Amino acid sequence: MTVLTERPGTRRGAPQGSAPRRPATRRFTPRAILLNVVLLLGLAASFGPLLWMIVSSVKPEGEIRQFPPSLLPEQFTWSNYTELFATLDFPRFFANSVVVALVVTVGSVLFSAMVGYALAKLDFPGRRALFLLVMGTLMVPGMVTFVPLFVLVANLDLINTYAALILPFLAAPFGVFLMRQFMLDIPDELLDAARVDGAGEFRTFFAVVLPQTKPALATLGILTFLGSWNNFLWPLVAVQSADKYTLPVALALYSTGQNTVQYGLLVAGATVIVLPILIVFLALQRHIVQGIATTGLK
Amino acid sequence: MAVSARRRRTGLAAWGFALPFTLLFAVFMLVPVASSLYMAFTDMQGKDLRTPWAVNFVGFDNFAAVLADPKFQQAAGNTLYFVGVAMPLTLGIALLLAVLLNSGLTWFRSVFRVGFYAPVVTSIVAVAVVWRFLLQPDFGLVNSGLGLFGIEGPRWLTDEVWAMPSLIMMATWRNVGYSMVILLAGLQGIPKDLYEASAIDGAGAVRQFRSITVPLLRPTILFCAVITGIGYLQFFEEPFVMTQGGPLGATNSVAYEIFNQFGFGNYGLSAAMSYVLFVAIVILSYLQFRLLRTEK
Repeated sequence: MTVLTERPGTRRGAPQGSAPRRPATRRFTPRAILLNVVLLLGLAASFGPLLWMIVSSVKPEGEIRQFPPSLLPEQFTWSNYTELFATLDFPRFFANSVVVALVVTVGSVLFSAMVGYALAKLDFPGRRALFLLVMGTLMVPGMVTFVPLFVLVANLDLINTYAALILPFLAAPFGVFLMRQFMLDIPDELLDAARVDGAGEFRTFFAVVLPQTKPALATLGILTFLGSWNNFLWPLVAVQSADKYTLPVALALYSTGQNTVQYGLLVAGATVIVLPILIVFLALQRHIVQGIATTGLK
Repeated sequence: MAVSARRRRTGLAAWGFALPFTLLFAVFMLVPVASSLYMAFTDMQGKDLRTPWAVNFVGFDNFAAVLADPKFQQAAGNTLYFVGVAMPLTLGIALLLAVLLNSGLTWFRSVFRVGFYAPVVTSIVAVAVVWRFLLQPDFGLVNSGLGLFGIEGPRWLTDEVWAMPSLIMMATWRNVGYSMVILLAGLQGIPKDLYEASAIDGAGAVRQFRSITVPLLRPTILFCAVITGIGYLQFFEEPFVMTQGGPLGATNSVAYEIFNQFGFGNYGLSAAMSYVLFVAIVILSYLQFRLLRTEK
């Protein structure tokens, strides 16, 4: 399924795939104009709702409902945010989301790299069995296991703890698969050279293997962070007290609650969840898009 | 690659590397997978949470009850409706966008690529909040926009007929970018000479698309179809945040029903449902492999 045919590292600096095809000057033939107008309309449909959300979050309640919507807020206000942070304890939820996503990302990427290295480059009893088990569970979706996982976590007395939000995501079969595929391409000679120089196994791993796998680590890290940040079902069932809510859980419970819902608060809450991710995405989009594209190629 | 002496004596160190993952994997993945199979054949309830061993085996009763339950049948029908419409729609638009972006005539290719991908990275809960507003019947942007053309929009999320199309629209909007990026990468792997040669032979754009692009892109299309299909079969957050499965169960999905039964404390039933869903996922993946493999 997801097989790396080419190590992304070897492409670094090279422009996107078919760059030579890009014309030196923009063409303005009728066909090109039509094509670009269609794409621009698509772009408006794709990015428009997100833009509307961000702009609306700094409008007063009444202006949000106005049609046609004001492109820039006529009355600029931070009040949605101040109220959100004062009444709904959003700083707390934000901190929960950040801590959980960071710990999950660092832990899961590190563990994936370690076991991926062992599976790709070291021989040990049980290696084949472990690999088959990981492959076998690659396709098992979270929706299928969340009930028994809940029973397990409850019996470990971890409900309502950060551990419940973090531990189940530290062992990620997809990450192991990705790292193993990538590490298969590291030349054995490189590892042997390190050992000849007297480096132990752990030194070899941290000083030689990890730096070689930076592009894969970055891709996996970003994907894991996004997954954790946007994760909803498990945090919804694993924590029941508000002080452990992550952002999506807090927003979902507020927006489906029976209390009178204020749209200003809702769009501000949605913006707090989406904007940091959007900024990270725009900054790192080359890695993310490249990473996604690479994982999908045979 | 010969197994060197070095490899053999590294067994201990290798387990050192593999251990953290393996322990967590065994506890938080293998145990739940195994115990969900166990639970599916028991009458486990919420009250048995702390004593999961003290439950009765009921054979296939849960599965029989699930399949005979009209609520589950409706949820299964809704899920198939959702997957059956949203998946081809998502793939079709993604393929169209990828081909357009790959044509070499686009002015701001990377802007388009980033813009179409942006919804993919957003939280579904946040997106649902935005779309619930856009689809508001009275002052939402969609109906206000339709009003400009003299069209009276439906009451989207509260209309039994229109609720599911609303969610399909939203899911397609959010997921097109993912497949588009993968398909675009696939398109760039197709040698350009093929197009040039066929152009000399007089093939038009449509013919080229059918005879070169689609066949050579088949593995990539398959991958996107499987990934999108698996995701859509687990359709949960949209009904949770937008409609609570309503109106009248019109947007209830299998995944949402699993969550509901879990909430009612019917753990055994819930586990049985997740196996039904899992089997559906496996069947869908298999079907897609078969269809795309054998089709000429």
